[in-house]
Amino acid sequence: MYTAYKLTTDHTKIKFYIFLLLVGVLLLVSALAQYIVPHDPYLQDLSNALQPPSWQFPFGTDEYGRCLLSRVIVGATTTVYSSLALVLFTSVLGSIIGVFCGYIGGKTDAVIMRLSDVFLAFPGLVFAIAVAGVLGGGILNAAISLALIAWPRFTRIVRGQVLAVKNMSYMHAAKISGCPWYKMIFKHIMPNVIGPVVVTAALDIGVTIMELAGLSFLGLGAAPPTAEWGSMMSKGRSMMQTAPWTILFPGLAILLTVMLFNLFGDTIRDMFDPTQRRVSVVNCFCKLKNKVKVEGDVNV
Amino acid sequence: MYVRRRRCYIVKYVLKRLFMVIPILLGITFLSFALMQTASGDVIDAIYEQAGGVPSEEIVAAKRAELGLDKPFIVQYFIWLGGVLTGNMGNSYVSNRPVFQDFMSHLPATVILTLSSIFITVLFSIPLGILSAVKHNKITDYIIRILTFVGNAMPGFFLSLVLLYLFSVQLKWLPATGNNGFVSIILPTVTLAIAMTAKYTRQVRAAVLDELKKDYVLGARSRGVKERIILYFSVLKSSLLTIVTLLGLSIGSLLGGTAIIESIFMWPGVGKLAVDAITMRDYPVIQMYVIWMAVIFVVINLLTDIIYYYLDPRIRLQKER
Repeated sequence: MYTAYKLTTDHTKIKFYIFLLLVGVLLLVSALAQYIVPHDPYLQDLSNALQPPSWQFPFGTDEYGRCLLSRVIVGATTTVYSSLALVLFTSVLGSIIGVFCGYIGGKTDAVIMRLSDVFLAFPGLVFAIAVAGVLGGGILNAAISLALIAWPRFTRIVRGQVLAVKNMSYMHAAKISGCPWYKMIFKHIMPNVIGPVVVTAALDIGVTIMELAGLSFLGLGAAPPTAEWGSMMSKGRSMMQTAPWTILFPGLAILLTVMLFNLFGDTIRDMFDPTQRRVSVVNCFCKLKNKVKVEGDVNV
Repeated sequence: MYVRRRRCYIVKYVLKRLFMVIPILLGITFLSFALMQTASGDVIDAIYEQAGGVPSEEIVAAKRAELGLDKPFIVQYFIWLGGVLTGNMGNSYVSNRPVFQDFMSHLPATVILTLSSIFITVLFSIPLGILSAVKHNKITDYIIRILTFVGNAMPGFFLSLVLLYLFSVQLKWLPATGNNGFVSIILPTVTLAIAMTAKYTRQVRAAVLDELKKDYVLGARSRGVKERIILYFSVLKSSLLTIVTLLGLSIGSLLGGTAIIESIFMWPGVGKLAVDAITMRDYPVIQMYVIWMAVIFVVINLLTDIIYYYLDPRIRLQKER
């Protein structure tokens, strides 16, 4: 039992570090995008308009003669960082609401849960399109509309976890020994609920990138002059017959990025997954930080 | 006796759930009305913006008064609500046609697309998922897993553009856009089905793998029951719960119209209607759409629960007690 467990852990760990490295490279490239692009991504040169891929322009050029490779690289900054910020924001906000709902319970809980029902009632993207349409274009508004549909998911997960640990004896013990509410939440509840949140957030990154690009594709995200993968594809749509590379390369960029983040999320899930590992979530998280050594049979 | 009690229970349950639709409808319509009001500009601005003209203040004000847009939004909401209660959903601000008829004329396209893509998805994903689970960690499993992984990461709009380029632009086999009979539905269906098949195959695989590990499978095997019988009569039946849940979710969101796919293929469904209404701030159409979404949500959830009730004796007995 233990050997098998150890083997999978090592395997997962290696995978985790490989994907972490790749994600790191992607983040670095996006951060330094404007210094490493071969051409100015915003420089218009109509004499070079709609050039097919060549040595000078590896990804070809768009209708204004701008280098597509440079635009795809710069586009990474917009897409990747806004998606990451969005996932971080919604997971933190959703978890906080969830902890309070689960901890306080009663009417507040009931009202917020019904509200989250309403938000979950709608198919995600349609609701986001509605909100983005109402708020008007712009990447920030697109992010706000996606945040509005994403928070209930985290709230649900965290609330369920809180309810599960709330009546455990150690919670009663803490309460009897005079533990204040904030300490109860941050010291005793939070560590127990953080695992599923991290996993959900990690798996959410890929979806968020796709949804954000989808909103931009519909013209509800980043405004045209900004290089963003979704809006670049939307522009390229009309030139699909003569210049398919204008949609192919931004599309591939989205596909590969989403694949990378999905792999990363899957690996994180494998590290945390209590059904596969049969260790409590806390244990996993502590192990991730190398604080606690889990030894012997972990089948608790 | 037992059967009668069961029937009684189910009827009561359905009625209770159907009544729940009322508060949800009130909440959602109010929320969407409030959201619309916080946005800058209204339908008048949108119409003139699109026409490119700059109208005089009086014309705009008169038009607003005509549509009742000059009243406070609470009043507007109750006027609309009163109309709905008397069976009048209002007219579209833009086309001036009755909203209900307009919406209903867009519905068949969406329903057809939903049915066809769900059919293709179920047709492929269940056998693929079972195959992948049975050949666990063999080459077939790996190929299926890689394909579903790529399918999961593929944005719908990219996939649809790739398919459009291949089959309409290059091979010229299929029409690119619009709704002219059977051939037009192929591309949007395939686009939606590929994305869903990728998701479903993974879920079916996981569910079947889970079931295969259980003791009853071991028991059946040791009694010499044929592998095929175990698979199709026991395992698949138990995995159906996962599939039904997923189907409920997918049908719900497909019936809401897939805005991106519908607008790429110019498919005249409700998703496209909704997006157009949102950009024009055509409140009555949006409200009609919102009501439709809420009804779908409640009905689909109810249907899923009823199917659960019949599929899983554990749930059935628990509820009856």
